[in-house]
Order: sequence, then C-alpha cells, then structure tokens
Amino acid sequence: QPVAAELLAHLERLALVDFRDAEGVVRLQRVIQFADRLHEVNTDGVEPMDSVLEDRCLYLREDDVTEGNCAKELLGNAREKVEEYFVAPPGNIPLPKLEEGETFLQGS
Amino acid sequence: GQPLGVLDGIPIAVKDNFNTAGIETTCASNMLKGYISPYNATVVQKLLDQGAVLLGKTNLDEFAMGSGSTDGVFGPVRNPWSYSRQYKEKSVPKPHSQDEESDWVITGGSSGGSAAAVASYTCFAALGSDTGGSTRNPAAHCGVVGLKPTYGLISRHGLIPLVNSMDVPGILTRCVDDAAVVLGSLAGHDPKDSTTIQDDFKPFELPNLTDVSKLSIGIPKEYHAPGLSSEILALWSKAADLFKNAGAKVIEVSLPHTSYSIVCYHVLCTAEVASNMARFDGLEYGHRSDMNKSTESMYAATRREGFNDVVRGRILSGNYFLLKQNYENYFIKAQKVRRLIANDFVKVFRSGVDILLTPTTLSDAAPYMEFIKEDNRTRSTQDDILTQAANMAGLPAINVPTALSERGLPIGLQFIGRSFQEKQLLTVAKWFEKQVKFPMIQLEEVKRHEHNVFQHQKSASFT
Repeated sequence: QPVAAELLAHLERLALVDFRDAEGVVRLQRVIQFADRLHEVNTDGVEPMDSVLEDRCLYLREDDVTEGNCAKELLGNAREKVEEYFVAPPGNIPLPKLEEGETFLQGS
Repeated sequence: GQPLGVLDGIPIAVKDNFNTAGIETTCASNMLKGYISPYNATVVQKLLDQGAVLLGKTNLDEFAMGSGSTDGVFGPVRNPWSYSRQYKEKSVPKPHSQDEESDWVITGGSSGGSAAAVASYTCFAALGSDTGGSTRNPAAHCGVVGLKPTYGLISRHGLIPLVNSMDVPGILTRCVDDAAVVLGSLAGHDPKDSTTIQDDFKPFELPNLTDVSKLSIGIPKEYHAPGLSSEILALWSKAADLFKNAGAKVIEVSLPHTSYSIVCYHVLCTAEVASNMARFDGLEYGHRSDMNKSTESMYAATRREGFNDVVRGRILSGNYFLLKQNYENYFIKAQKVRRLIANDFVKVFRSGVDILLTPTTLSDAAPYMEFIKEDNRTRSTQDDILTQAANMAGLPAINVPTALSERGLPIGLQFIGRSFQEKQLLTVAKWFEKQVKFPMIQLEEVKRHEHNVFQHQKSASFT
C-alpha cells in the first residue's frame, strides 16, 4: 500500500532531504516493495550480524593524543567562520509545517 | 639515489572518494565541489610513501552509488574499449550522417574512472572502492584485474564511507601480479581504522602455479542468475572445464541465499547511507546553501542543492527502514539474512572447496544510451547480483579478464576466496590469467572533427 503523506513529510524532516517530485515518492514505494522480499526468508533463531569481524576483538589504542593542532586547516574548508568558530544560522527554529504537496524549499 | 619503495615512479590514479591532501576530493558530487582534503587517506599515503606518482583523481558515480559510473556530477565515464579496434570491427557500420560518438559503452561502476584509467594505459594501477561490486564490475567491463580484498585487511581511513560494514578499497591493475604488488603496499593494520585486523600482514610474491590437481573449485549454481547472457554462461563453463582438464576438482555447490543478497544490500546500504550522509550539512566543509533563516533550513537547502536524486533517494529509503516501526522488520531482518548469506559461504568453504568461480557481470558493457533507459536503482539491482554477496560476507574476490564478447568487449570471471587468503586467491587467478591470455586493447586514434587542421599539422612536421 502507498506510503502515507504524513510519513513522507516525516521522512523528509528526519533526513533533511526532500523527494523533489512524485517520481521520488514512487521510487521509495518500489524500494519498500523490493525490501518486502526479505520476509520470505525464515530467520527464526538467527542472530543479526553487525560485522563480519564479530569474532575478533576491536582494536583499541591508548588514550593518548597523537595528532591535532590543525584548527587552521580544518577551518579552511568552512564557508562561514569567525575566528575559530564555525558559524551557523540561528538554531532552535523548527522547519515550517507543510501544506499537502509542498516540500521545504520552494524551488531553490 | 635510493628507490623510495617497490612502487617508486609508478603512475597511479585514485578514485575521487579517497581524501588526498591539498587536492580536491569531490566524490563526483556538488556537495564536495571545492573541498580540499586536509589529509591523505591511509592507502593514498602508503602509495605515496612507496614513491608512486599520483596522476589524478578518477570519476565515479556520485558518492559511489551506482553501477555504471554515469551518475556523477562530472558526467559519465566512457569505456576505452568503445574506441578499440576490437569493438569497432564488430559494430554495425553507421550511416555517415549519424553521430559516430553515440554508441560508446559504459565502464560499469562505480569505480569506472579508475578502471578506464588502467585500461587505457594512462596509469599502472588505480584505487577504487568496492561496496557491492564497485571495483569488480568496471574491471570486468574494462578488461582489467579488479581485486576486492577481505574486509578488514586494508584501511578505510580517508575513504569517504558509503557502508561502513562493507566498504573496502579496491585495486585495479592490468595483471594479477601487479595487484599482488599493490596489495603488498596497502594491506596491514592501521591504528586510524579500528576495523582493520591486527594480524601481521606479510607482502607476498605470487608463485607460478603449475599443478592445480590439489585445488577444489566450487561452481555455485545460484550464480546462474536470470539474465545471465548465454555468452558468459558458455565462458564460465569453459573456464570450469579448463580447471577440470588441468586436474583440479571442480564441483557444483550451493549458496542458497544468494538471491536475497541484493534485497539485503538495499536495506543495509540505504540505512548506513542515511547515517553516513548526515555529516554533510554545509557547516564545516563542502557546499553550503545561501539559505540562512535557520540551521535546519540551511541544512535542508544545502543537502537539496548538494546531492543528486540517487543519493537523496537512498537517504530517504534508509531513513524509512530505520523508523522505529520498521527497524525490527527491515533493518534487523536484513542483518539476520546477512548472517545466513555469510554462513552459506562458510559451509561451502568448510566442505573442502578452496575457491569459487563465478561470472562477474550478467553481460558485456551496455551502450550508454541503453543503460540510461532504466534508473540507477534498477540498474544497481540488476548489475550487482553476482558481486554483492562477497561484500555481505566480507570475502576477498577478484575479477580476471577472460575473453572478448561477440561485440568485441571484455568479459571477466570472478574468483571468490576464503577470508584473508588473498595469496591463494591471487595464485589461482594468476594461473587462470596465464591460461586465457586476454588480448591487449588496440586503441585507435579518436577521430577529430577538425580533420583538415590535423592533416595540415601532420604535413607541417615533415618539412
């Protein structure tokens, strides 16, 4: 069954990307339909697998500082900055609630 | 002077999703256009330490998502074989008025640029990445060796991640011996990548195998996938016979969950992508939108402007599968199916099989005009079917160019080995390579439109 409009809006909000057009929504429907095939497989008693290296111990190094002091290089790639700060527009402003059929950005 | 290392002076190319200090790294996306990496990926550093010469960064599908190298912001990659005598001889001659350039074929993807660079003799080796077949697929279409090492053998530090639990740096070369040399320079524990294993790695030289009678080659029947071209099926069969006639044990085996690996991949991949792409918000690096009403609207606008439809589609799908109501049914379910797929391989290798032999692709390279008739997601679903399971299980796999198709284009076959047994895998691959004697590409001059000017310059050089 088709994905509800509220769910689509919710996804756009979580992902902070938009579907752009109806085709994008159709693509999502197809992906879900495709993924439903997973339910044909019997996985009773099977543990989920996070990593193929699950039988090994993860490498942990000593908690010592070995590199850093490169603020200048790192700031070099940011467009908006002030001294050693990255500058963001004001936060705590929620994205506006949408009318049906709208996405966040009216044609950017 | 002293040579810096075994790769001193060797020209190499690096896929543009590896960070290269002081050099733009874009992942073929608007999101990272203008991004100058402040550091070298570990694999890049290792190559440079050996004295390798970086010729350039190669084109790819945007953020390595795709199986054609057609969806990057710099445009599609053209397979050098499109300009080979072998392909042109077999092409239906076109009427003069029609654009001669319209029947070029794709490289496959997503490491198409790297494969094309090696195939066209512009460098000796190239780095690609392999998450679902992205190194082996273009290797097959471009007639080069494409090695996907075992997950955990080579550092991913500096490789812009797609799927953290499946990504590996891939190696593209013209012959198996070269792949072993490059592997020798790259493999080994990296403290900066905690997912690299801590075992000691010793670089090796490949022996010249003459006796294959102790080998057991497995032919997984599920790899006779729907859509497999009859040509490739015949070639696969011929290869199996080659081993049989040389005395190896060749048996049919079963990997029952093979057909689910693509579905599983689509869920796990999109979920990890949704997470990995979250870092691109315009604040610290990359593209930043002019929208500045609020942090969130700036993020949303930046991501809309920076990512193409393919990337955005995957992010949205991933977020869907990670919703509370879907997490158990899709994400966890896919992780369980992943274990079943990995176990299939364990069972087969435990039964005495040393190496698996399968096709790499369903057909030879498609013409670009044909390929773009279906969307990226559909294509990936079709094209990754033979390569994806090795990523699920983390196993090493290699494409070896085998023969030319009826259209004069390369076809490759794939060998899949046991975890961390690259030496055995490459030894067998080298033996096979020697038997099949894949032909060299015969590149013709690309005809120029300014034909007259060219002629004039030519005669001028004789006076």
